[in-house]
Amino acid sequence: MRRTIFYLLIILLALYCAGPLLWQFITSLKLDTELTKLPPILPKAPTMDNYIAIFKENPFLRIILNSAIVAASTTTLSLILGSLCAFGLAKLRIGYKGLILGFILSVSMFPPIATVSPLYLIIRALGLRDTLFALIITYTTFSLPLAIWVLTNFFREIPDEIYLAARVDGCTPLQVFYKIMLPLAAPGIFATAILVFIFSWNEFLFALTFTSTVASRTIPVGIALFPGLHEVPWGDIAAASVVVTIPLIILIFVFQKRIIEGLTAGSIRG
Amino acid sequence: MVRNAFPDPALHCHDISPDIRPVPESSEIFDVSRFIGIDNYLFLFRDDRFLNAFKNTLYFTVLSVTLELLLGLSIAILLNRSFRMKGLMRAIVLIPWAIPTVVSAKMWEWIYNTDFGILNYLLGVKINWLGSPFWAINAAVFMDVWKTTPFVVILLTAGLQVIPKDLYQAARVDGAGRWDIFTRIVLPLLKPVILVVLIFRTLDAFRVFDAIYVLTGGGPANTTETLSIYAYKVLFQTLQFGYGSTLAVVVFLCTGGISIFYIRLLSKGVRL
Repeated sequence: MRRTIFYLLIILLALYCAGPLLWQFITSLKLDTELTKLPPILPKAPTMDNYIAIFKENPFLRIILNSAIVAASTTTLSLILGSLCAFGLAKLRIGYKGLILGFILSVSMFPPIATVSPLYLIIRALGLRDTLFALIITYTTFSLPLAIWVLTNFFREIPDEIYLAARVDGCTPLQVFYKIMLPLAAPGIFATAILVFIFSWNEFLFALTFTSTVASRTIPVGIALFPGLHEVPWGDIAAASVVVTIPLIILIFVFQKRIIEGLTAGSIRG
Repeated sequence: MVRNAFPDPALHCHDISPDIRPVPESSEIFDVSRFIGIDNYLFLFRDDRFLNAFKNTLYFTVLSVTLELLLGLSIAILLNRSFRMKGLMRAIVLIPWAIPTVVSAKMWEWIYNTDFGILNYLLGVKINWLGSPFWAINAAVFMDVWKTTPFVVILLTAGLQVIPKDLYQAARVDGAGRWDIFTRIVLPLLKPVILVVLIFRTLDAFRVFDAIYVLTGGGPANTTETLSIYAYKVLFQTLQFGYGSTLAVVVFLCTGGISIFYIRLLSKGVRL
């Protein structure tokens, strides 16, 4: 009896978490005429029309490509800069480590709305408006605190003896970093990469403010500004939502453990 | 012109559909600059729309964070035992967290649809969720709870796993019931993690932007307009950089205050 209730609750929970996405998926398979009829919940004849439409009539592929470039570049840049900084903070002898880390972390406390207008002016002055580069440097700036924080925690867990032994054997600090520390901290680096990727894939406020044309529009802005002539094209929006969510769903199902590690390392271990 | 710095009353839009557009290209107004001291800050007190946005932000923050914590704690405890397909279940719980906020707002806008929305169909009612001043803000809260509870669950689960199993057994041997174990062992040991969750969630909820901006655009009749949305509209839709920056600074000061409050709580001996 108790078991039954437990599994009933589990099923309810699964429905609550996945239900809205499932509904969006069902919607994406319906013809426009079926959208305005409820019941039936399931489409009589599932159609791919909405999926074909978003790729045919909209610059949707361009938008997805933009997001992929931005997210991949941000992740790479954040990992290179973040891992070097975290290595220094975790293993090298430098003063005021706590202060430096606290200062870096305080950047993430700034509400985006308070930084968006000065950043907009800077980006405009640099002539970077409506470029992917503007988004990449902004996202890197805002994901670095998280990356450094998580990676520092991971590097700290590697015993100091390993670092010292390698130094005694004649490695320079930089050699220790890329020959020994990076491979050992691989799980942490992986976790950080996923978090940064998801952050840049999903960000909306800066993307909305810094871009004005499809040349640099990213997915969240593309979906928020979805073109509709007379009515909201719910079928197309549903199809677009499903397409851009698929990479994320794959990420969480394959790397669920790593993501959870990264999130908890970022907020609890410190 | 000092008056230029103040928001245009015509900005009070009453339509339901969100009016989202890219930032206009013309930008002469940014070059207008004249030092006006603290006039913009004094105007805050006379600006009903600011007070309204402040009230909305507080309501949204308090209600959503409370619900997320309660729901997150229940789910974390539910998932904290071993059962088959636990890994799969954890991945499913992560779905709302991973979905882009904009996508989830569009998803929920469709779910909340008055005529063809699945919610009204399942409940057998015909409520205009996003069009009624009472329901709109609560609909936004409900969406946010769905979207961010996974984060709370993950952190609390990590906190629960640190609690030694012997403690439960010892308590049971001593005759403690389930409720006693929960209130006297689990909750006190979980307190530091709960505080961390509260910091993250309160800060995020207070500066909420995209979720509500895409869902309702601040409407109907500004009943869902939060501080960040108001600031954004003043900054980038009416291009009043002076007053918009004042609003942004208010958000900054409030979140700063919230962090200091929590950090002091954390350092005040609530550690393990």
